[in-house]
Amino acid sequence: MSSTTTAPRSSVPQAFKLRVRRYDPESGQAAYWDEHEIELEGHRSVLEGILQAKNRFDGSIGIRCSCRQAICGSCGVRINGEPALACHTHLDEAIKSAKDGVIEIEPMGNMPVIKDLIVDMDAVHWKKVRRVTPWLIAKQPVPEREYIVDRESMVDVTQTMACIQCGACVSDCLAMEVDPGFIGPAALAKAYRFVGDPRDDARHVRLNDLSQDPQGIYDCTHCFKCVEACPKDVNPMGQIMRLRRIAGSDEQIVDVNNGHRHEEAFTTLIRDYGLLHEAELLPRSYGGDSWFGKFHPAAGKELLSSLPAIVKAVVKGKVSPTKAIFGHKIAKRDLDSVKRIYERVEGKPQRYELNLYIVGEDE
Amino acid sequence: MKVAYWPGCVSRGFTPELHGSMAKVAPLLDIELVELDRGNCCGAGVIAEHNQELADTLNARTFALAQQVEGAELMMNICSTCQGAQTECQERLDANAQYRAHVNETLSSDGLTYEKGLTNKNFLWLLVEEIGLDTLASKVRRPLTNLKVGPFYGCYIVRPRNRLGIDDEHPRDHYMERLIEALGGTVIEYAGMRKCCGFPIITMNKDASLKQAGTHLGDAMDAEADCLVTPCPLCHLNLDLQQPLAAKVVARKLEMPVLHLPQLVGLALGLDPKDLGLSRHVVKPTSVIDWSTSVVASAA
Repeated sequence: MSSTTTAPRSSVPQAFKLRVRRYDPESGQAAYWDEHEIELEGHRSVLEGILQAKNRFDGSIGIRCSCRQAICGSCGVRINGEPALACHTHLDEAIKSAKDGVIEIEPMGNMPVIKDLIVDMDAVHWKKVRRVTPWLIAKQPVPEREYIVDRESMVDVTQTMACIQCGACVSDCLAMEVDPGFIGPAALAKAYRFVGDPRDDARHVRLNDLSQDPQGIYDCTHCFKCVEACPKDVNPMGQIMRLRRIAGSDEQIVDVNNGHRHEEAFTTLIRDYGLLHEAELLPRSYGGDSWFGKFHPAAGKELLSSLPAIVKAVVKGKVSPTKAIFGHKIAKRDLDSVKRIYERVEGKPQRYELNLYIVGEDE
Repeated sequence: MKVAYWPGCVSRGFTPELHGSMAKVAPLLDIELVELDRGNCCGAGVIAEHNQELADTLNARTFALAQQVEGAELMMNICSTCQGAQTECQERLDANAQYRAHVNETLSSDGLTYEKGLTNKNFLWLLVEEIGLDTLASKVRRPLTNLKVGPFYGCYIVRPRNRLGIDDEHPRDHYMERLIEALGGTVIEYAGMRKCCGFPIITMNKDASLKQAGTHLGDAMDAEADCLVTPCPLCHLNLDLQQPLAAKVVARKLEMPVLHLPQLVGLALGLDPKDLGLSRHVVKPTSVIDWSTSVVASAA
């Protein structure tokens, strides 16, 4: 929803229709829509539009705002269904995605409404941020002068430090939509800010905590909604994936949620088959990363509960019993080539990770 | 047109009707499929979670194989997840020459090299951008008249927009609606059409995963869709294979057939529902089969 228009803009005020979602929980009345016609130049913001409607027509419209320049994070709303900062969205941009020529403005999702466009950030967002111990636990002994850290690691955490706590990613999180207890994108991006900081002394403790929590890093559904929602390019989902990589591959944390086992089983199966062997992935994710994983009680329990679906799939001819048991493989010479890739990459003393945020595009 | 065809793993594993229906539909659209049977799994984002360089190198291997297919105009996939996971790896490989050289060094012992700039398009994108919806419409023999179809995209093919090349000129996150209309069907819009099916967390949080699938299926039923159509076989697993379990989680009766994209196209092109593997679904697409039977009967 950010503005990238290159076409010349008119400096003449024009009319825009706004449809604002109104709700006052204390009134005991249901939510309703209000429409107002405002008059402003196209390059002015949706926030200015809302404020004009408030000043001219209805002083009771509830909106939270402060800086008006996309840095305080106060005016997060949904514009035409998408999360955005009202002050960072031009009216002439917003009108393009309006379904019926009216710019629709709603409060953010996944958080209770206090009034109209104001949501309760304390009840959800800040509570989750506090959950991840959002401060540096300094390595001891503290040096007499500055900590010396390499540039790359600080540039890396700068991406998460760009977060202005607007809640746009929380608003759009699809995991939180079905599991409100999920720690969520903003708080987990904040967690990476410290996990990725070489001065922090609690990396393992933090990662273990966030891995073992059933609503921690492995509860993210990988839907990219937060990546799209963020007005500051924090890439919360990317940070969650980093947390998973460091927790699993570097810190070898085996969690109770099958997160690490699933990832290990998937990776091993591709090394051994070249293609995904779906029927092996499920029991190994529960029972452990080997052919014997399926005999673990946890895998047995899961297989049993999935039995109706498996039987139905076999009966329908969706999958043949042979394929279910033996999977499918690429030819031996190709499998050898895949194995060589594994040996070379996994055989390195340290994992290498290209971070385009740090190095940028060179061509 | 000749394409280097990447079917992915699941279309040859737990959703064989997808691979089968693509093979049936391709000749009708003059698409020559050169299957990349030497290629490997895209990693579905999971290998990247384990080791990013490993995922990038594995996909560079498949890309290099695709570039060796003589006369192929591009690489085509039939899986939203492959599209998203491969595009993410390609973004890194294309952005940095030094990194690309580093990855190619690993591939060199097999005589493979990935050259920057591969075009990799999902069948959906290829239909709209290469074949064109007008040409497709001209080939329709059994228009989807009165069939109400709800699109289900899958996250990996609609987000993030920049990486996937979605913009005003290429509104790829609206192609399914255009396609359904071009085939003569009625588009059903519903809340979950661009949301997550829940599959990525099925082994970590089964309840939340099936709640996602069940909610979207229920929304589509409330919107009175006859069926859903998806370009993603992993979404298909959660929406079709797991539908009976999802119904229990959301505590409502669910009866929503889910078609793979080539199956829907094949129906409109006049193919027999059985040949397209519609009988292989867990949720029998009765509404779709009844519809096609009635169309054939009325034509006779």
